Amino acid sequence: MKPQWQEWAKELKTEFPKANSALLPLLHRIQNAEGWLSAETLHDAAMLLGLSDQYVESVASFYTLYYQEPVGKRVIHVCMGLSCMLAGSDELMHRLEIKLGIKEGQTTADKAFTLLEAECLAACDIAPCAEVNLRFHGPIPLDKVDGLLSEEVPS
Amino acid sequence: MRDRYYLLRNHEVADIDKLDVYEAHGGYEALRQALKTFEPEALVAMVKASGLRGRGGAGFPTGVKWGFLPKDGRSRYLVVNSDEAEPGTFKDRELIEKNPHQLIEGMIISSYAISAHEAYIYCRGEFLHGYEQLVRAVDEAYASGYLGDNILGSGFHLHLRVYRGAGAYICGEESALLESLEGRRGNPRLKPPFPAVAGLYGMPTIVNNVETIVNLPPLVTEGPEWYKSMGTEKSPGLKIMSVSGKVNRPGNYEIPLGTPLRSLIEDYAGGMLPGRTIKCVIPGGSSVPLLTAEQLDTPLDYESVMQAGSMLGSGGCIVLDDETCIVKASARLAKFYREESCGKCTPCREGTYWMTDVLDRIEAGLGQESDLAMLLDIADNINGKCFCPLGDASLGFMVSAVKHFRDEFEAHVREHTCPVGAKVYDTVNN
Repeated sequence: MKPQWQEWAKELKTEFPKANSALLPLLHRIQNAEGWLSAETLHDAAMLLGLSDQYVESVASFYTLYYQEPVGKRVIHVCMGLSCMLAGSDELMHRLEIKLGIKEGQTTADKAFTLLEAECLAACDIAPCAEVNLRFHGPIPLDKVDGLLSEEVPS
Repeated sequence: MRDRYYLLRNHEVADIDKLDVYEAHGGYEALRQALKTFEPEALVAMVKASGLRGRGGAGFPTGVKWGFLPKDGRSRYLVVNSDEAEPGTFKDRELIEKNPHQLIEGMIISSYAISAHEAYIYCRGEFLHGYEQLVRAVDEAYASGYLGDNILGSGFHLHLRVYRGAGAYICGEESALLESLEGRRGNPRLKPPFPAVAGLYGMPTIVNNVETIVNLPPLVTEGPEWYKSMGTEKSPGLKIMSVSGKVNRPGNYEIPLGTPLRSLIEDYAGGMLPGRTIKCVIPGGSSVPLLTAEQLDTPLDYESVMQAGSMLGSGGCIVLDDETCIVKASARLAKFYREESCGKCTPCREGTYWMTDVLDRIEAGLGQESDLAMLLDIADNINGKCFCPLGDASLGFMVSAVKHFRDEFEAHVREHTCPVGAKVYDTVNN
């Protein structure tokens, strides 16, 4: 457990009428700092909010944006929704897989990239689209997928 | 095309997401007017009189919903649903990213109307930029006295927080959203009781869509008669339609309700891509049945679209062209519902799984003669038998696709190939 987690938990608990509501924001904050949520981290979060480990695990596993395995420095979510499919998202995913040498759901060996499928990202006006660390990009020209990979991200 | 915008004001005013620009263009004037000249009940009556209907998908009259709050002295909550994730819909994302102050102003007016002193915006986890925009705008509103205690000297107080979701379509369903806001898995609740009676933390709660609330400031300044001067009698006012798919100018368009679908596609969205013709259109987000190319003159209002066999829903209009394989489109949408089913009830969890499985094998040219009947049987076992609307939502497109394009499904099975894509499938994973 990092010292500031206790401060965060304390601060978030006062923000809501009931402490449970602090769980999602606390997990967001910790993941933002740590990159992902290990079983130990979830245990710590449970302790900080006075919840059971099982409860926190059950909540964390429900939401796709809580990563329970280590992810790369850049997490790419490729939208596979219908509008993006009509604009070539399957081909976009295919090219990214070849370029990165991994399959959807995997992380490159150097931990630089994680490639994930996303359900409709609600950005059909810029199809085909993707998010890099939850920042939107699109429309992504299929012959220029490199642009997506060289995107600068704050460390 | 519009010469003036009331909702997508960012289309005519650059940087309206900044407080000073918003104020310079009349921002927060409606709030001043509401606090000064309206009693809360009069505001509710005004919203009822305007005929404004919920823009999240169900189209329920907003003023009537507000009227369901019990008058028992318990504190009330306003929760704005910004968990936009219905495939084809992207209006709320634009509103929170580009015009967040109008949402906040609308929320303060609405909270005053329903006597709520605490309000939340539940923002989809994937909308990181939108979330940051909302947090910044809320901070600005606090600093300028639009939020907090004694707002603009009126004695009314309101605290507003932005809550970030974490990736779950089902949290767009209002009771699942409240579960999530209470720090739980986003499993829908049994209704009744409805949120108006027992919502957030068991207290009376109104859950409204972003676009619905963004209507409030212009409604206050222009009045209900202005609102009713647009649209139809039962579907008055303005609607944002999100147009995507095979059109020249995909994007959000603010239209008077009752505008023909053809006009939306041709006049607003610039028509079909060169050389393409329309195969069918999903008019209201992925959960609604398709309209065929023969139904393009359907006026886009709740009643007319329903009469045509579909629903206006959230206004997510996806245009499919003649080169689109209807089986592949059906399979893609079925997969969406399979992924997003919360898993709580069996017909939805298992039904969307099997539906996707059968559609995938038909699309891969590995379908069997009995598959179409099986698909419709699965649909029948989902329809009306699920805990929340997600199960039924998974059927709209697929069932209408089988109805209107049965030949194409049968050809996939018979020829082991896609008649549209002219692609011969010889292995499962090619």
